[in-house]
Amino acid sequence: MTKDEVFLVDLSGLLAAPAQTWGAVRLVPLLREAPVGGLRLHPRLYGPNSLSIVGVGPRKAYISYIPHGLVATWSRDGEPSVTAGTQLLAANQAPTELFQIAFRKRMARQLAPNQVRFLPLHLAMEGFLSLGFSGPPTRWPEWSRRAFQDGLSPRIEHSWSGKELGLDDALRVFEIHPGQCGVVVYFGDVLAAAFVVPHADHYRLLHPSLVENFFGSELIHHAAHANVGDLVAHLDDDADPATDLADLGRRLEVATEQWRDLHTLMAGGLLDVPFHSETVYRMGRFTLNRFHPDFDLTGENHIGEAITDETGQLAYLSTYRLSLPQTKRCYLLSVLAENDWHLDNTAAALNTDRNSLVRRLDNAGFGYLLKPDILAIARRPLD
Amino acid sequence: MNRAAQVAREDVLAFINAATASTGQREFASTAAAQTLSVDFLHEYVLGNYRDLYAATLALDVNDHNAALIMANLLGVPHDNPARREVEGRLIAARLATMPPQRVYRLFTRLQKAGVNNSRARAIIRNWVYARPAIALDAIKYRRGLTAAARHAHLRLPDEIGMVLFDWKRPNRYTTPLLETWRRAHYDRSAITDLPYTVAEGFAARRGLKRETLLTKVQLTKAERLRLAGAAKRAGVTLETDLGTQPLTRLATYVLSLERSERGKRLEELTTALRASANRAAGVHRGTWGRVVTVGDDSYSSYGSGTKRRRPLAVALAVHYLAEALASEHHGLWLSHQGDPLLVHPQGATPLGRRLLDGLALAPDRLLIVSDGWDNDPPGGASEVLRVWRQRLDPQQNTKIVHLNPVYDPDTYLVRPLAPHLSGVPSVGIRDGQDAVTLVEIARFVTGEASFDDLVVYLDSQVARALGRAMEQEEL
Repeated sequence: MTKDEVFLVDLSGLLAAPAQTWGAVRLVPLLREAPVGGLRLHPRLYGPNSLSIVGVGPRKAYISYIPHGLVATWSRDGEPSVTAGTQLLAANQAPTELFQIAFRKRMARQLAPNQVRFLPLHLAMEGFLSLGFSGPPTRWPEWSRRAFQDGLSPRIEHSWSGKELGLDDALRVFEIHPGQCGVVVYFGDVLAAAFVVPHADHYRLLHPSLVENFFGSELIHHAAHANVGDLVAHLDDDADPATDLADLGRRLEVATEQWRDLHTLMAGGLLDVPFHSETVYRMGRFTLNRFHPDFDLTGENHIGEAITDETGQLAYLSTYRLSLPQTKRCYLLSVLAENDWHLDNTAAALNTDRNSLVRRLDNAGFGYLLKPDILAIARRPLD
Repeated sequence: MNRAAQVAREDVLAFINAATASTGQREFASTAAAQTLSVDFLHEYVLGNYRDLYAATLALDVNDHNAALIMANLLGVPHDNPARREVEGRLIAARLATMPPQRVYRLFTRLQKAGVNNSRARAIIRNWVYARPAIALDAIKYRRGLTAAARHAHLRLPDEIGMVLFDWKRPNRYTTPLLETWRRAHYDRSAITDLPYTVAEGFAARRGLKRETLLTKVQLTKAERLRLAGAAKRAGVTLETDLGTQPLTRLATYVLSLERSERGKRLEELTTALRASANRAAGVHRGTWGRVVTVGDDSYSSYGSGTKRRRPLAVALAVHYLAEALASEHHGLWLSHQGDPLLVHPQGATPLGRRLLDGLALAPDRLLIVSDGWDNDPPGGASEVLRVWRQRLDPQQNTKIVHLNPVYDPDTYLVRPLAPHLSGVPSVGIRDGQDAVTLVEIARFVTGEASFDDLVVYLDSQVARALGRAMEQEEL
């Protein structure tokens, strides 16, 4: 796997249409003028009551509730992809009544010469969890035995299902545009996720499955907001009155254009940020990669996965917004890694002292990595 | 106009709109519970504050669900003025006479459950039941309802009817032929197909009679023929349906229930039937509306819900054909659909603003919009287009614009308006496409052209008309 290429989320080729709102949820449709040929996606449903254990490396497993996987099929010559619906029934598995534990091999797994199954979002999430997973590389005396033996295992993060955030109703009453290939989800006007697929038919098929996506814990507060309300553009006023119907039509077009700009503005946290990306799988002219940002405590932090073609055109995208505690944890881990997990150096890099850093690590849930006496000193109340 | 009269006018109109559009069923964007809760509140509020107007709405096109609710509420709380009480009684009787019997019996059961048993309620039940043309049919087809009514209002029914309702096994045979068939159907499969369909259906299921046998032999009403056409086709039976005599909206619902390929094949037959039905609904107003443009909402939300499948779209389709009959020149526009209106399909977003521009460019005398008011591409586009049109481009109101909304929004107690703060574009609730002619009359009260007193006068005239019609029927 290639590490650390720079990746930019580039939505060129996709046009934002006016948003539709429901309660605190604002959904911005993304339309394509021409679908991306040669790649098709269809869902593979897993049992609703199953916990998945995914082997991701030697003696490493990723455990989560995974409601569905996606199967990507590609053709080498880029011929237009057909509707996925025909394959849907064959791909369905009968839901089971009992709670099951399912074992799955790898996050992205080849099924046939030109077919790969991957677990949407979990791919990105696993990449995110594995950051600094192996623990300190040097035996500094402050770290506990466990830190060296097991690293950060088990590394746990919590998320909310879209249903808890009222996304199910919003998706149900959403009116899918002709040619729509993606959607950007906002809760209380906070950018939560972006989702893009190659073809409008795929989108139609996958639209209901968006409710199965998971969201960072902070978003539940934004989702509890009152109605976000529609943004209505005024087409004329007394200073600049419309003269006739044709003029009014032009103004309506301009208002729709303004929508696009507004959307780009609202999605700045995703579009203007360079990401570190890691290639997971190459399929013909397409590349499946996952990406994460430089963790920035003051701004938005999104992780995600994307499929791009050889020209860099986006065929598939799914993102997850990290909550602030998640970002803090990752930030700490990344600064620790930069300083070879040396406590004093790291503290200096963070412009703080050793005890404050220990307290921060403790508050972030990494107390178990430190020796008890170090923790005890830091936990002592300040005089 | 003083503030109190204005509030009263808005309250009563909100109620009329709600009572016309809402049926307490699930809609695209709201649950059945929310619909019921919201409309029930409006009923209580209007009954408490404007009782006479509340009763008068029975003379309008409020739907049967709400008419029954109004009657139950009026009977439950007697009016203290005897003269008004008498008018109410006559209004109720007049409305009952036009209501489908199953709804009337449901109302009677409701009165029984609520313990409403004043002498006026009993008299109304008695008069209605005694006027039934075939009480023996009611006794088997609406057995529970009639039992409840008989028990509640102490009805004197013919001996055999009482026997059927309360102790049907006692006699060895009935002298009334229908009742005897019904008795035999309990034991004899061959008697089942001589019963009315809804009764026979239960027996057939219990006694294992095949559906195709039942459908070929049993007597069906006109509405049942239409409703069962699809089921019959699946069972391999062809039912003769006389489409042209069906009410317009029911026919539109039927058409939309067909696959688009089948609609395409039967294009001519279906269009002829819809036109015939529309002409009948237009009646004397045929061809009197001048140049008319209709904008029908065929966005995804016009699918309605699982319980009101494609109802908003069916209403739009009905209004399309009705407008064609009413107009001297008609253009029908849809949001995304092109081509024959019969092939319309609920799909896509709601670019209502753009389509309104297309409609206004045709310079019509009247513009009818049938939409649930969820304008989202861009949001508020329609309201802005209408505002600019009314304020700048057509301040003389040469084009009459009416928005007919088939969906009640329980959160705002309104049918969702297209241009909420604009007089000149009224939003009116609609249940059946064929009511559009009378609803356009109500629209002028919504715009604020007419005062509260005008509304009262209008309602009084409607009451007089309804009562006059009822008197005529009695004399016949």
